[in-house]
Amino acid sequence: MTLWRRPGLWIPLILVFLWGLLILVSGLDSMREVTFTLMMFATLAASLNILLGYTGYVSFGHIVFFGLGGYTGFYLLSQRGWPLSLAAVSGGLLSAAVAGLLGLAVLRLRGAYFALATIGINEAARAFISNFSPFGGATGLFVNFSYYQSYGGAGRALWLTFISLWLTILLVTVVSYGVKHSRFGLGLMAIREDEDAALVMGVKAPQAKTIAFVISAFFPGIVGTLYFFKNGNVEPGDAFQLHMSIETLVMIMLGGQGTVSGPLLGAVTYQGLRGYLLTSPLFKSLHLAIAGLVLLLIVLFLPAGAIGWLRQRFQGLRRFLE
Amino acid sequence: MILEVKDVTKLFGGLQALNHVSFTLPEGQILGLIGPNGAGKTTLFNVINGVFPPDQGRVTLRGEDITGLPPYEVARRGLARTYQVVRPLADLTVLENVMVGSCFGRHCYSLHQAAQVAREVLQQVGLVRHSALPAGSLNVAEKKRLELARAVAAQPYLLLLDEVLAGLNPSEIAAMLDTIRRIRDTGVTIIMIEHVMQAVMNISERILVLDYGQIIADGSPQEVANNLAVIEAYLGDPKLAARLLTG
Repeated sequence: MTLWRRPGLWIPLILVFLWGLLILVSGLDSMREVTFTLMMFATLAASLNILLGYTGYVSFGHIVFFGLGGYTGFYLLSQRGWPLSLAAVSGGLLSAAVAGLLGLAVLRLRGAYFALATIGINEAARAFISNFSPFGGATGLFVNFSYYQSYGGAGRALWLTFISLWLTILLVTVVSYGVKHSRFGLGLMAIREDEDAALVMGVKAPQAKTIAFVISAFFPGIVGTLYFFKNGNVEPGDAFQLHMSIETLVMIMLGGQGTVSGPLLGAVTYQGLRGYLLTSPLFKSLHLAIAGLVLLLIVLFLPAGAIGWLRQRFQGLRRFLE
Repeated sequence: MILEVKDVTKLFGGLQALNHVSFTLPEGQILGLIGPNGAGKTTLFNVINGVFPPDQGRVTLRGEDITGLPPYEVARRGLARTYQVVRPLADLTVLENVMVGSCFGRHCYSLHQAAQVAREVLQQVGLVRHSALPAGSLNVAEKKRLELARAVAAQPYLLLLDEVLAGLNPSEIAAMLDTIRRIRDTGVTIIMIEHVMQAVMNISERILVLDYGQIIADGSPQEVANNLAVIEAYLGDPKLAARLLTG
Protein backbone atom coordinates (compact mmCIF):
# COMPACT_ATOMS: atom_id res chain seq x y z
CA MET A 1 0.00 0.00 0.00
CA THR A 2 1.12 3.52 -0.70
CA LEU A 3 2.07 5.94 2.02
CA TRP A 4 -0.85 8.35 1.66
CA ARG A 5 -3.27 5.57 2.46
CA ARG A 6 -1.55 5.02 5.80
CA PRO A 7 -2.42 8.09 7.87
CA GLY A 8 -1.48 6.22 11.03
CA LEU A 9 2.12 6.42 9.83
CA TRP A 10 2.43 9.76 8.13
CA ILE A 11 0.54 11.83 10.71
CA PRO A 12 3.05 11.17 13.53
CA LEU A 13 5.94 11.28 11.04
CA ILE A 14 4.96 14.70 9.70
CA LEU A 15 4.33 16.06 13.19
CA VAL A 16 7.72 14.91 14.45
CA PHE A 17 9.39 16.15 11.28
CA LEU A 18 7.81 19.62 11.56
CA TRP A 19 8.62 19.75 15.25
CA GLY A 20 12.31 19.15 14.62
CA LEU A 21 12.33 21.49 11.64
CA LEU A 22 10.76 24.26 13.71
CA ILE A 23 13.49 23.95 16.33
CA LEU A 24 16.16 23.85 13.65
CA VAL A 25 14.84 26.95 11.91
CA SER A 26 14.37 28.84 15.18
CA GLY A 27 17.99 28.17 16.08
CA LEU A 28 17.29 28.70 19.79
CA ASP A 29 19.61 26.81 22.13
CA SER A 30 17.06 26.66 24.97
CA MET A 31 14.38 25.22 22.68
CA ARG A 32 16.86 22.70 21.37
CA GLU A 33 17.75 21.51 24.86
CA VAL A 34 14.12 21.09 25.92
CA THR A 35 13.26 19.33 22.69
CA PHE A 36 16.30 17.07 22.98
CA THR A 37 15.05 15.75 26.31
CA LEU A 38 11.52 15.29 24.96
CA MET A 39 12.68 13.48 21.84
CA MET A 40 15.08 11.36 23.85
CA PHE A 41 12.32 10.06 26.08
CA ALA A 42 9.93 9.72 23.16
CA THR A 43 12.47 7.52 21.36
CA LEU A 44 13.10 5.44 24.49
CA ALA A 45 9.36 5.03 25.03
CA ALA A 46 8.65 4.15 21.40
CA SER A 47 11.36 1.48 21.35
CA LEU A 48 10.36 -0.02 24.70
CA ASN A 49 6.79 -0.10 23.40
CA ILE A 50 7.82 -2.68 20.80
CA LEU A 51 8.55 -5.05 23.66
CA LEU A 52 5.96 -3.86 26.19
CA GLY A 53 3.08 -2.80 23.99
CA TYR A 54 3.31 -5.28 21.14
CA THR A 55 4.84 -8.33 22.81
CA GLY A 56 3.46 -7.83 26.34
CA TYR A 57 6.78 -8.24 28.17
CA VAL A 58 7.33 -5.58 30.82
CA SER A 59 11.00 -4.65 31.01
CA PHE A 60 11.66 -2.53 34.10
CA GLY A 61 15.36 -2.33 33.45
CA HIS A 62 15.28 -1.33 29.82
CA ILE A 63 17.48 1.66 30.55
CA VAL A 64 20.37 -0.83 30.70
CA PHE A 65 20.50 -0.66 26.90
CA PHE A 66 20.69 3.13 27.01
CA GLY A 67 23.58 2.79 29.47
CA LEU A 68 25.50 0.01 27.73
CA GLY A 69 25.03 1.44 24.25
CA GLY A 70 25.83 4.92 25.51
CA TYR A 71 29.00 3.73 27.20
CA THR A 72 30.13 1.84 24.13
CA GLY A 73 29.40 4.72 21.79
CA PHE A 74 31.06 7.24 24.07
CA TYR A 75 34.11 5.02 24.47
CA LEU A 76 34.46 4.73 20.69
CA LEU A 77 34.08 8.51 20.31
CA SER A 78 36.33 9.63 23.07
CA GLN A 79 39.01 6.93 23.25
CA ARG A 80 39.05 5.69 19.66
CA GLY A 81 38.17 8.90 17.84
CA TRP A 82 35.24 7.44 15.89
CA PRO A 83 32.81 9.89 14.26
CA LEU A 84 29.50 10.42 16.09
CA SER A 85 27.24 8.64 13.59
CA LEU A 86 29.35 5.50 13.46
CA ALA A 87 29.80 5.43 17.24
CA ALA A 88 26.05 5.88 17.82
CA VAL A 89 25.12 3.07 15.46
CA SER A 90 27.79 0.87 17.08
CA GLY A 91 26.32 1.67 20.50
CA GLY A 92 22.92 0.62 19.20
CA LEU A 93 24.30 -2.56 17.69
CA LEU A 94 26.07 -3.49 20.90
CA SER A 95 22.85 -2.99 22.88
CA ALA A 96 20.99 -5.09 20.33
CA ALA A 97 23.59 -7.85 20.52
CA VAL A 98 23.50 -7.87 24.32
CA ALA A 99 19.70 -8.04 24.17
CA GLY A 100 19.92 -10.99 21.80
CA LEU A 101 22.13 -12.91 24.21
CA LEU A 102 20.17 -11.93 27.31
CA GLY A 103 16.91 -12.69 25.55
CA LEU A 104 17.85 -16.33 25.14
CA ALA A 105 17.96 -16.59 28.91
CA VAL A 106 15.47 -14.11 30.39
CA LEU A 107 12.73 -14.33 27.76
CA ARG A 108 12.00 -17.81 29.03
CA LEU A 109 10.60 -16.07 32.09
CA ARG A 110 7.12 -14.64 31.98
CA GLY A 111 5.21 -11.90 33.71
CA ALA A 112 6.58 -10.62 37.01
CA TYR A 113 9.63 -12.91 36.84
CA PHE A 114 10.76 -11.36 33.59
CA ALA A 115 10.20 -7.84 34.98
CA LEU A 116 12.28 -8.64 38.06
CA ALA A 117 15.05 -10.20 35.99
CA THR A 118 15.36 -7.03 33.90
CA ILE A 119 15.85 -4.94 37.05
CA GLY A 120 18.56 -7.37 38.07
CA ILE A 121 20.26 -7.05 34.70
CA ASN A 122 20.33 -3.27 34.99
CA GLU A 123 21.88 -3.39 38.45
CA ALA A 124 24.38 -6.04 37.35
CA ALA A 125 25.40 -3.93 34.36
CA ARG A 126 25.89 -0.89 36.59
CA ALA A 127 28.07 -2.90 38.98
CA PHE A 128 30.08 -4.35 36.11
CA ILE A 129 30.70 -1.02 34.40
CA SER A 130 31.65 0.58 37.75
CA ASN A 131 34.51 -1.90 37.92
CA PHE A 132 35.43 -2.06 34.26
CA SER A 133 38.63 -0.05 33.83
CA PRO A 134 38.55 0.50 30.02
CA PHE A 135 35.30 2.42 30.63
CA GLY A 136 36.87 4.41 33.46
CA GLY A 137 35.39 2.44 36.35
CA ALA A 138 33.29 4.39 38.83
CA THR A 139 34.44 7.79 37.54
CA GLY A 140 33.47 7.05 33.96
CA LEU A 141 34.78 8.73 30.83
CA PHE A 142 34.83 12.34 29.68
CA VAL A 143 36.04 14.48 26.81
CA ASN A 144 37.75 17.84 27.03
CA PHE A 145 35.96 20.86 25.72
CA SER A 146 38.52 21.14 22.95
CA TYR A 147 37.32 17.77 21.63
CA TYR A 148 34.29 19.45 20.08
CA GLN A 149 36.60 21.56 17.86
CA SER A 150 36.66 18.72 15.35
CA TYR A 151 32.87 19.23 14.98
CA GLY A 152 33.30 22.95 14.40
CA GLY A 153 32.86 23.98 18.04
CA ALA A 154 30.55 22.94 20.86
CA GLY A 155 27.55 24.80 19.42
CA ARG A 156 27.77 22.96 16.09
CA ALA A 157 28.27 19.66 17.89
CA LEU A 158 25.10 20.19 19.91
CA TRP A 159 23.08 20.92 16.79
CA LEU A 160 24.57 17.86 15.13
CA THR A 161 23.47 15.74 18.11
CA PHE A 162 20.02 17.23 17.89
CA ILE A 163 19.69 16.42 14.18
CA SER A 164 20.92 12.86 14.80
CA LEU A 165 18.31 12.38 17.49
CA TRP A 166 15.66 13.86 15.24
CA LEU A 167 16.52 11.28 12.57
CA THR A 168 16.50 8.53 15.20
CA ILE A 169 13.01 9.39 16.41
CA LEU A 170 11.73 9.46 12.82
CA LEU A 171 13.32 6.06 12.25
CA VAL A 172 11.86 4.55 15.43
CA THR A 173 8.41 5.78 14.40
CA VAL A 174 8.71 4.08 11.02
CA VAL A 175 10.05 0.87 12.59
CA SER A 176 7.34 0.86 15.23
CA TYR A 177 4.64 1.24 12.58
CA GLY A 178 6.30 -1.31 10.33
CA VAL A 179 6.49 -3.90 13.09
CA LYS A 180 2.89 -3.34 14.08
CA HIS A 181 1.64 -3.84 10.55
CA SER A 182 3.69 -6.87 9.66
CA ARG A 183 3.25 -10.60 9.92
CA PHE A 184 5.97 -10.52 12.57
CA GLY A 185 3.98 -7.92 14.54
CA LEU A 186 0.81 -10.01 14.38
CA GLY A 187 2.82 -12.86 15.89
CA LEU A 188 4.05 -10.55 18.65
CA MET A 189 0.53 -9.45 19.47
CA ALA A 190 -0.62 -13.07 19.55
CA ILE A 191 2.18 -13.72 22.08
CA ARG A 192 1.01 -10.74 24.12
CA GLU A 193 -2.55 -12.02 24.28
CA ASP A 194 -1.81 -15.69 24.99
CA GLU A 195 1.67 -17.09 24.46
CA ASP A 196 0.69 -20.75 24.76
CA ALA A 197 -2.12 -20.38 22.27
CA ALA A 198 0.23 -18.48 19.93
CA LEU A 199 2.77 -21.33 20.08
CA VAL A 200 0.12 -23.86 19.17
CA MET A 201 -1.00 -21.70 16.26
CA GLY A 202 2.52 -21.83 14.86
CA VAL A 203 4.06 -18.58 16.12
CA LYS A 204 7.77 -19.18 16.73
CA ALA A 205 7.54 -17.37 20.04
CA PRO A 206 11.13 -17.81 21.31
CA GLN A 207 12.53 -16.37 18.10
CA ALA A 208 9.93 -13.61 17.72
CA LYS A 209 10.34 -12.43 21.31
CA THR A 210 14.10 -12.27 20.95
CA ILE A 211 13.86 -10.22 17.75
CA ALA A 212 11.42 -7.83 19.45
CA PHE A 213 13.83 -7.50 22.38
CA VAL A 214 16.73 -6.83 20.01
CA ILE A 215 14.84 -4.13 18.09
CA SER A 216 13.69 -2.47 21.30
CA ALA A 217 17.29 -2.43 22.60
CA PHE A 218 18.85 -0.99 19.45
CA PHE A 219 17.41 2.54 19.66
CA PRO A 220 18.23 3.17 23.34
CA GLY A 221 21.86 2.40 22.47
CA ILE A 222 21.88 5.13 19.83
CA VAL A 223 20.09 7.59 22.11
CA GLY A 224 22.54 6.85 24.92
CA THR A 225 25.54 7.63 22.73
CA LEU A 226 24.00 10.92 21.56
CA TYR A 227 23.06 11.91 25.10
CA PHE A 228 26.51 11.29 26.59
CA PHE A 229 28.23 12.91 23.63
CA LYS A 230 26.11 16.00 24.28
CA ASN A 231 26.98 15.93 27.99
CA GLY A 232 30.66 15.33 27.36
CA ASN A 233 30.91 12.65 30.02
CA VAL A 234 29.44 9.34 31.08
CA GLU A 235 29.41 7.68 34.48
CA PRO A 236 27.64 4.64 35.91
CA GLY A 237 25.24 6.70 38.05
CA ASP A 238 23.95 8.54 34.95
CA ALA A 239 23.88 5.61 32.60
CA PHE A 240 21.80 3.09 34.54
CA GLN A 241 19.13 5.13 36.32
CA LEU A 242 16.30 2.79 37.20
CA HIS A 243 13.86 5.66 37.66
CA MET A 244 14.32 6.63 34.01
CA SER A 245 13.21 3.14 33.08
CA ILE A 246 10.12 3.45 35.21
CA GLU A 247 9.31 6.91 33.90
CA THR A 248 9.51 5.50 30.36
CA LEU A 249 6.94 2.90 31.37
CA VAL A 250 4.65 5.63 32.71
CA MET A 251 4.96 7.48 29.40
CA ILE A 252 3.95 4.41 27.42
CA MET A 253 1.01 3.70 29.69
CA LEU A 254 -0.05 7.36 29.58
CA GLY A 255 0.01 7.60 25.78
CA GLY A 256 -1.24 4.11 25.05
CA GLN A 257 0.68 0.86 25.02
CA GLY A 258 0.71 -1.02 21.76
CA THR A 259 0.04 2.09 19.66
CA VAL A 260 2.51 3.88 17.39
CA SER A 261 1.88 7.46 18.41
CA GLY A 262 0.93 6.74 22.05
CA PRO A 263 4.49 6.51 23.43
CA LEU A 264 5.48 9.71 21.59
CA LEU A 265 2.48 11.59 22.96
CA GLY A 266 2.95 10.08 26.41
CA ALA A 267 6.61 11.09 26.54
CA VAL A 268 5.89 14.67 25.57
CA THR A 269 2.98 14.94 28.01
CA TYR A 270 4.82 13.35 30.88
CA GLN A 271 7.96 15.41 30.35
CA GLY A 272 5.86 18.54 30.09
CA LEU A 273 4.18 17.69 33.37
CA ARG A 274 7.49 16.85 34.95
CA GLY A 275 9.01 20.11 33.80
CA TYR A 276 6.14 22.01 35.37
CA LEU A 277 6.31 20.04 38.62
CA LEU A 278 10.08 20.42 38.94
CA THR A 279 9.92 24.19 38.55
CA SER A 280 6.81 24.72 40.63
CA PRO A 281 7.73 25.70 44.20
CA LEU A 282 4.87 23.63 45.62
CA PHE A 283 5.55 20.26 43.97
CA LYS A 284 9.26 20.35 43.22
CA SER A 285 10.23 17.48 45.49
CA LEU A 286 7.13 15.45 44.72
CA HIS A 287 7.42 14.84 40.99
CA LEU A 288 8.12 11.09 41.26
CA ALA A 289 5.27 10.68 43.74
CA ILE A 290 2.96 12.39 41.29
CA ALA A 291 4.27 10.20 38.45
CA GLY A 292 3.35 7.19 40.60
CA LEU A 293 -0.12 8.60 41.18
CA VAL A 294 -0.56 9.22 37.46
CA LEU A 295 0.43 5.63 36.71
CA LEU A 296 -2.04 4.36 39.30
CA LEU A 297 -4.87 6.44 37.85
CA ILE A 298 -4.08 5.29 34.29
CA VAL A 299 -4.00 1.63 35.25
CA LEU A 300 -7.27 1.99 37.15
CA PHE A 301 -9.30 4.16 34.81
CA LEU A 302 -7.58 4.32 31.45
CA PRO A 303 -5.69 1.06 30.95
CA ALA A 304 -5.46 1.58 27.19
CA GLY A 305 -3.81 5.02 27.59
CA ALA A 306 -4.84 8.22 25.82
CA ILE A 307 -4.51 6.99 22.23
CA GLY A 308 -5.99 3.60 23.11
CA TRP A 309 -8.96 5.30 24.74
CA LEU A 310 -9.56 7.54 21.74
CA ARG A 311 -9.42 4.52 19.45
CA GLN A 312 -11.99 2.68 21.53
CA ARG A 313 -14.23 5.69 21.97
CA PHE A 314 -14.21 6.96 18.40
CA GLN A 315 -14.06 4.10 15.90
CA GLY A 316 -13.71 6.57 13.03
CA LEU A 317 -10.35 7.73 14.37
CA ARG A 318 -8.82 4.26 14.13
CA ARG A 319 -7.42 4.80 10.68
CA PHE A 320 -5.72 8.00 11.72
CA LEU A 321 -4.50 7.12 15.19
CA GLU A 322 -2.27 4.11 15.26
CA MET B 1 -1.83 -42.96 7.19
CA ILE B 2 -1.98 -39.34 8.20
CA LEU B 3 -1.16 -39.96 11.85
CA GLU B 4 0.55 -42.81 13.63
CA VAL B 5 0.77 -42.85 17.40
CA LYS B 6 2.99 -45.65 18.55
CA ASP B 7 3.39 -46.83 22.12
CA VAL B 8 3.06 -43.34 23.61
CA THR B 9 3.53 -43.09 27.36
CA LYS B 10 3.36 -39.94 29.45
CA LEU B 11 3.93 -39.69 33.19
CA PHE B 12 3.10 -36.75 35.43
CA GLY B 13 5.06 -37.56 38.57
CA GLY B 14 3.61 -40.89 39.65
CA LEU B 15 0.48 -40.56 37.53
CA GLN B 16 0.45 -42.53 34.32
CA ALA B 17 -1.52 -40.14 32.12
CA LEU B 18 -0.95 -42.17 28.95
CA ASN B 19 -0.09 -45.85 29.04
CA HIS B 20 1.35 -47.32 25.83
CA VAL B 21 -1.22 -45.70 23.54
CA SER B 22 -1.03 -46.79 19.90
CA PHE B 23 -3.35 -46.13 16.99
CA THR B 24 -3.24 -45.09 13.37
CA LEU B 25 -5.54 -42.77 11.50
CA PRO B 26 -6.23 -42.89 7.76
CA GLU B 27 -6.87 -39.70 5.83
CA GLY B 28 -10.33 -38.11 5.70
CA GLN B 29 -11.75 -39.79 8.78
CA ILE B 30 -13.52 -38.21 11.74
CA LEU B 31 -12.24 -40.01 14.81
CA GLY B 32 -14.12 -39.51 18.09
CA LEU B 33 -11.98 -39.70 21.21
CA ILE B 34 -14.05 -40.40 24.32
CA GLY B 35 -13.49 -41.53 27.86
CA PRO B 36 -14.33 -40.55 31.43
CA ASN B 37 -12.87 -37.37 32.94
CA GLY B 38 -9.15 -37.68 33.58
CA ALA B 39 -8.76 -40.53 31.10
CA GLY B 40 -5.92 -38.69 29.33
CA LYS B 41 -7.71 -37.40 26.24
CA THR B 42 -6.40 -33.83 26.38
CA THR B 43 -2.96 -35.13 27.38
CA LEU B 44 -2.96 -37.23 24.22
CA PHE B 45 -3.69 -34.08 22.20
CA ASN B 46 -0.92 -32.25 24.02
CA VAL B 47 1.54 -35.00 23.19
CA ILE B 48 0.47 -35.18 19.55
CA ASN B 49 0.81 -31.45 18.93
CA GLY B 50 4.03 -30.99 20.87
CA VAL B 51 2.90 -29.18 24.03
CA PHE B 52 4.44 -32.03 26.07
CA PRO B 53 7.04 -34.44 24.74
CA PRO B 54 6.08 -38.07 25.47
CA ASP B 55 8.23 -40.06 27.89
CA GLN B 56 8.18 -42.95 25.48
CA GLY B 57 6.84 -43.71 22.01
CA ARG B 58 6.66 -41.89 18.69
CA VAL B 59 4.21 -39.67 16.90
CA THR B 60 4.36 -39.62 13.10
CA LEU B 61 2.47 -37.10 10.98
CA ARG B 62 2.24 -37.84 7.25
CA GLY B 63 5.24 -40.09 7.45
CA GLU B 64 7.41 -37.58 9.31
CA ASP B 65 8.46 -38.19 12.90
CA ILE B 66 7.25 -35.19 14.93
CA THR B 67 7.95 -36.58 18.40
CA GLY B 68 9.28 -33.87 20.69
CA LEU B 69 9.05 -31.03 18.16
CA PRO B 70 7.83 -27.74 19.68
CA PRO B 71 4.16 -26.91 18.98
CA TYR B 72 4.98 -24.21 16.39
CA GLU B 73 6.96 -26.69 14.32
CA VAL B 74 4.12 -29.20 14.49
CA ALA B 75 1.66 -26.46 13.46
CA ARG B 76 3.74 -25.68 10.37
CA ARG B 77 3.63 -29.32 9.35
CA GLY B 78 -0.14 -29.12 9.07
CA LEU B 79 -1.64 -29.87 12.45
CA ALA B 80 -4.03 -27.46 14.17
CA ARG B 81 -6.00 -27.75 17.38
CA THR B 82 -8.64 -26.01 19.42
CA TYR B 83 -8.66 -25.70 23.18
CA GLN B 84 -11.29 -27.06 25.52
CA VAL B 85 -11.31 -23.76 27.39
CA VAL B 86 -11.46 -21.15 24.63
CA ARG B 87 -8.37 -18.97 24.34
CA PRO B 88 -9.28 -15.98 22.17
CA LEU B 89 -6.62 -13.31 21.70
CA ALA B 90 -8.98 -10.93 23.48
CA ASP B 91 -7.63 -7.53 22.41
CA LEU B 92 -7.23 -8.47 18.77
CA THR B 93 -10.18 -8.39 16.41
CA VAL B 94 -11.95 -11.56 15.31
CA LEU B 95 -10.35 -11.20 11.88
CA GLU B 96 -6.87 -10.76 13.35
CA ASN B 97 -7.36 -13.84 15.51
CA VAL B 98 -8.13 -15.94 12.47
CA MET B 99 -5.28 -14.30 10.54
CA VAL B 100 -2.83 -15.52 13.20
CA GLY B 101 -4.02 -19.01 12.37
CA SER B 102 -3.54 -18.63 8.62
CA CYS B 103 -0.33 -16.57 8.82
CA PHE B 104 1.53 -19.08 10.94
CA GLY B 105 -0.21 -22.25 9.84
CA ARG B 106 0.82 -24.67 7.15
CA HIS B 107 1.24 -22.09 4.40
CA CYS B 108 2.99 -19.13 6.08
CA TYR B 109 0.79 -16.65 4.19
CA SER B 110 1.56 -12.95 3.93
CA LEU B 111 -0.75 -10.61 5.84
CA HIS B 112 -2.73 -9.85 2.72
CA GLN B 113 -3.30 -13.48 1.76
CA ALA B 114 -3.95 -14.39 5.38
CA ALA B 115 -6.72 -11.79 5.59
CA GLN B 116 -8.35 -13.29 2.51
CA VAL B 117 -8.20 -16.82 3.88
CA ALA B 118 -9.46 -15.58 7.25
CA ARG B 119 -12.49 -13.90 5.67
CA GLU B 120 -13.39 -17.09 3.81
CA VAL B 121 -13.13 -19.15 6.97
CA LEU B 122 -15.18 -16.65 8.97
CA GLN B 123 -17.83 -16.92 6.29
CA GLN B 124 -17.72 -20.70 6.63
CA VAL B 125 -18.25 -20.66 10.42
CA GLY B 126 -20.74 -17.80 10.33
CA LEU B 127 -18.76 -15.14 12.15
CA VAL B 128 -18.10 -12.82 9.27
CA ARG B 129 -20.30 -9.98 10.56
CA HIS B 130 -18.26 -9.89 13.76
CA SER B 131 -14.90 -9.58 11.93
CA ALA B 132 -14.05 -6.13 13.27
CA LEU B 133 -15.06 -6.76 16.89
CA PRO B 134 -12.50 -7.50 19.58
CA ALA B 135 -12.49 -11.26 20.18
CA GLY B 136 -13.05 -10.72 23.90
CA SER B 137 -16.51 -9.32 23.26
CA LEU B 138 -17.94 -12.50 21.68
CA ASN B 139 -20.26 -14.84 23.61
CA VAL B 140 -19.30 -18.43 24.44
CA ALA B 141 -20.80 -20.04 21.35
CA GLU B 142 -19.14 -17.45 19.12
CA LYS B 143 -15.82 -17.91 20.89
CA LYS B 144 -16.05 -21.64 20.23
CA ARG B 145 -16.63 -20.89 16.56
CA LEU B 146 -13.70 -18.48 16.58
CA GLU B 147 -11.49 -21.14 18.13
CA LEU B 148 -12.54 -23.49 15.34
CA ALA B 149 -12.06 -20.81 12.67
CA ARG B 150 -8.52 -20.11 13.84
CA ALA B 151 -7.61 -23.76 13.58
CA VAL B 152 -9.28 -24.20 10.19
CA ALA B 153 -7.59 -21.06 8.80
CA ALA B 154 -4.26 -22.80 9.25
CA GLN B 155 -5.48 -25.13 6.49
CA PRO B 156 -4.22 -28.18 8.35
CA TYR B 157 -4.10 -31.78 7.22
CA LEU B 158 -5.16 -32.88 10.67
CA LEU B 159 -7.42 -30.99 13.05
CA LEU B 160 -7.67 -31.77 16.77
CA LEU B 161 -10.92 -30.53 18.31
CA ASP B 162 -11.07 -30.51 22.09
CA GLU B 163 -14.71 -30.35 23.21
CA VAL B 164 -15.93 -27.81 20.71
CA LEU B 165 -19.53 -28.72 21.58
CA ALA B 166 -19.29 -28.26 25.34
CA GLY B 167 -21.43 -25.42 26.64
CA LEU B 168 -23.49 -25.10 23.47
CA ASN B 169 -27.29 -25.44 23.32
CA PRO B 170 -28.90 -28.07 21.02
CA SER B 171 -29.39 -25.76 18.05
CA GLU B 172 -25.84 -24.45 18.35
CA ILE B 173 -24.61 -28.06 18.51
CA ALA B 174 -26.46 -28.90 15.32
CA ALA B 175 -24.95 -25.89 13.56
CA MET B 176 -21.47 -26.75 14.82
CA LEU B 177 -21.76 -30.39 13.69
CA ASP B 178 -22.78 -29.15 10.30
CA THR B 179 -19.70 -26.92 10.15
CA ILE B 180 -17.45 -29.79 11.23
CA ARG B 181 -18.86 -32.03 8.50
CA ARG B 182 -18.22 -29.34 5.93
CA ILE B 183 -14.64 -29.03 7.12
CA ARG B 184 -14.23 -32.81 6.81
CA ASP B 185 -15.62 -32.61 3.28
CA THR B 186 -12.79 -30.27 2.30
CA GLY B 187 -10.42 -33.16 2.98
CA VAL B 188 -9.31 -32.41 6.54
CA THR B 189 -8.88 -35.35 8.90
CA ILE B 190 -10.36 -34.68 12.34
CA ILE B 191 -9.92 -36.09 15.82
CA MET B 192 -12.50 -34.80 18.26
CA ILE B 193 -12.67 -35.17 22.01
CA GLU B 194 -16.29 -34.98 23.02
CA HIS B 195 -18.57 -35.59 25.95
CA VAL B 196 -21.82 -34.94 24.10
CA MET B 197 -22.30 -38.66 23.29
CA GLN B 198 -25.17 -38.46 20.89
CA ALA B 199 -23.32 -35.93 18.78
CA VAL B 200 -19.98 -37.72 18.74
CA MET B 201 -21.58 -41.10 17.98
CA ASN B 202 -23.47 -39.45 15.19
CA ILE B 203 -20.62 -37.66 13.46
CA SER B 204 -17.66 -40.02 13.98
CA GLU B 205 -16.80 -42.83 11.64
CA ARG B 206 -14.71 -44.43 14.32
CA ILE B 207 -14.45 -44.08 18.10
CA LEU B 208 -11.46 -44.53 20.36
CA VAL B 209 -12.12 -44.94 24.08
CA LEU B 210 -9.48 -44.01 26.65
CA ASP B 211 -9.65 -44.96 30.32
CA TYR B 212 -6.84 -44.40 32.82
CA GLY B 213 -4.49 -43.60 29.96
CA GLN B 214 -5.16 -46.81 28.06
CA ILE B 215 -7.14 -47.51 24.91
CA ILE B 216 -9.93 -49.84 25.98
CA ALA B 217 -11.92 -49.86 22.77
CA ASP B 218 -11.45 -48.90 19.12
CA GLY B 219 -14.15 -49.37 16.53
CA SER B 220 -17.32 -48.10 14.91
CA PRO B 221 -19.78 -46.17 17.12
CA GLN B 222 -22.10 -49.21 17.37
CA GLU B 223 -19.30 -51.58 18.39
CA VAL B 224 -18.06 -49.17 21.01
CA ALA B 225 -21.53 -48.48 22.44
CA ASN B 226 -22.06 -52.19 23.03
CA ASN B 227 -18.58 -52.87 24.36
CA LEU B 228 -18.71 -54.12 27.96
CA ALA B 229 -15.39 -52.54 28.95
CA VAL B 230 -16.65 -49.15 27.76
CA ILE B 231 -19.92 -49.47 29.66
CA GLU B 232 -17.97 -50.43 32.74
CA ALA B 233 -15.62 -47.46 32.40
CA TYR B 234 -18.53 -45.06 32.20
CA LEU B 235 -21.13 -46.67 34.47
CA GLY B 236 -19.20 -49.10 36.59
CA ASP B 237 -19.49 -52.90 36.40
CA PRO B 238 -22.93 -53.71 34.94
CA LYS B 239 -22.96 -57.09 36.65
CA LEU B 240 -22.01 -55.62 40.00
CA ALA B 241 -25.59 -54.82 41.02
CA ALA B 242 -26.72 -58.30 40.07
CA ARG B 243 -23.87 -59.86 42.01
CA LEU B 244 -24.63 -57.73 45.06
CA LEU B 245 -28.29 -58.74 44.93
CA THR B 246 -27.58 -62.43 44.72
CA GLY B 247 -25.00 -62.01 47.46
